[in-house]
Amino acid sequence: MFFSMFGAVESGIIFAIMALGVYLSFRVLDFPDLTVDGSFVTGAAVAAMCIVNGVSPIIATVLAAVAGFVAGNITGILNTKGKINPLLSGILMMTALYSINLRIMGGSPNIPLLNEPTVFNFLETAWEKTGIDQFLNGLLTSIGVEVVPGTWIVIFVMIIITVIVKLITDYYLKTEIGLALRATGDNEKMIRSLSANTDTLKIVGLGFSNGLVALSGALIAQNDGFVDLKSGIGMIVIGLASVIIGEALFGKKTIVRTTLAVILGAIVYRMVVTAALKVDFLETGDMKLISAILVVAALVTPKVIATVREQKRRQRKRIDLNNKAKGA
Amino acid sequence: MLYLSDISVTFNEDTPDEKKALQDINLTLEQGEFVTVIGSNGAGKSTLMNVVSGSLKPDIGTVKINNKDVTPLPEFKRSNYIGRVFQDPMAGTAPSMTIEENLAMAYARNKKRRFRIGVTKKRRELFREYLNTLHLGLEDRLNAKVGMLSGGERQALSLLMATFTEPNILLLDEHTAALDPSRAELITKLTGDVVEKFHLTTLMVTHNMQQALDLGNRLIMMDKGQIILDVSGEEKQDLTIEKLLQEFQRIRGEQLVNDRAVLG
Ligand SMILES: Nc1ncnc2c1ncn2[C@@H]1O[C@H](COP(=O)(O)OP(=O)(O)OP(=O)(O)O)[C@@H](O)[C@H]1O
Ligand SMILES: [Mg+2]
Repeated sequence: MFFSMFGAVESGIIFAIMALGVYLSFRVLDFPDLTVDGSFVTGAAVAAMCIVNGVSPIIATVLAAVAGFVAGNITGILNTKGKINPLLSGILMMTALYSINLRIMGGSPNIPLLNEPTVFNFLETAWEKTGIDQFLNGLLTSIGVEVVPGTWIVIFVMIIITVIVKLITDYYLKTEIGLALRATGDNEKMIRSLSANTDTLKIVGLGFSNGLVALSGALIAQNDGFVDLKSGIGMIVIGLASVIIGEALFGKKTIVRTTLAVILGAIVYRMVVTAALKVDFLETGDMKLISAILVVAALVTPKVIATVREQKRRQRKRIDLNNKAKGA
Repeated sequence: MLYLSDISVTFNEDTPDEKKALQDINLTLEQGEFVTVIGSNGAGKSTLMNVVSGSLKPDIGTVKINNKDVTPLPEFKRSNYIGRVFQDPMAGTAPSMTIEENLAMAYARNKKRRFRIGVTKKRRELFREYLNTLHLGLEDRLNAKVGMLSGGERQALSLLMATFTEPNILLLDEHTAALDPSRAELITKLTGDVVEKFHLTTLMVTHNMQQALDLGNRLIMMDKGQIILDVSGEEKQDLTIEKLLQEFQRIRGEQLVNDRAVLG
């Protein structure tokens, strides 16, 4: 159990970057952007092709994010200049990206990365010298955990990258441009009357969002050791699940808090899915179904709880009133 | 100053729904002039405001602000010069953002937005000072989400946001119409104060004739897309609601049938 949960946290943190991207489009811009299913794979494919062709993994990862940025820009242009509705713009871009991704991958739907350098094994020699693995695994063994993780480097690297991405996002959303971006999702007419070019804001905002999604895709590919053309299917639902679960569990009072909630939401989501797959009756193929059910649950439960609470409150008031009437 | 020449707008041209919303409008506002605009429903008042703000392009005609032809400029570029308050109190602010964030966005209206923090310590002090002038206690709620404010508070904030950067033109379209009488009075008073303080060139639409008479130094009446009456100076000071209604009847040869306008 520990071992599989360790894996869940590991990939949860990587998916958290994708979830932050979805947060930017879905919540900040109020733009349900389905480009994500395509741009995730675009990131993975660009990174993989670069690495296979001898580019340094760090540069490959950066290029992947840039590719995602451009994909988001195009969705934004379709929506603002082409006046195509947001959902349809995303679906069109996602569909187009499927073919483009296959082109990037040189026509093969799967690219292995097994013996290639990655951002994770790049630092491995330095990492081994620190002895953190032995130390942490020693701790685990001493508390009775039998199967210990091979290495902690992925978690450490990912925490650093995710924290940096979170801090940049927090800062960005508080700048003058960031405020205008948030207002574009909140009250577009108003921010236009305050001389902001909402078209440009949307195009750049969607670029930033999909840049993060592609970055996440590039890192997942390097962690998994392969890219699959179909790995992006349902990615938007996973992103939404993370955002909604995170907000429900950890609150959304301020931007700083919400971005943290989204990251934690992505990790919780992975852990729930991992736990669900332990149930004998469920199979790996059921994952998308579980995701969809989780999103529905996270959306509906808070409302049901609020309604029930409100009903109880009213009932209590009525009973109080009755008692008072009897007493008088 | 604002200069409108030969502005015409027709909606749904060459269809049975054709509507000449503005016909050959010529209007010049000198710097610091405060013009109130009245007229029955559908007279073209909002259309006129939209043409000035740039959210609507006239079919023909020219809009100049400070002698600069702004006719081809899109709305977001023109709003460098224009402050605007809408009728709907929800329209002028971003509800899920805080009071100080909203003010910061208004502060950036006539500047280039950059990747630098929007709400700095210095600006927060400035915002607090401005909010003080509203006497609504908003200066102590800088971090409250604007969606939590009442309609009147939101409208007061919108008015502040539209004016504190001292725009060349201020546009107010029935900005007190959605408020209860006491709130409306408060906003009316604030409007008078702020226009005077910054000496703003203002165009204010209202259905409240008394308000139109009390505020401003010039009054225009619109009907069927035309300006049918334009009074200023002493002549405006001597106007009464009675006289306005008589005037309308004289010009149009018909009764001004509009409950809102008559009762207002
Ligand atoms: N986008 C539009 N499409 C078609 N017709 C329009 C449009 N906007 C306004 N009109 C018509 O143009 C005319 C003038 O409208 P406008 O909104 O300027 O009137 P108004 O003077 O502001 O009236 P009110 O006092 O009711 O606000 C009306 O007959 C209206 O139906
Ligand atoms: Mg109107």
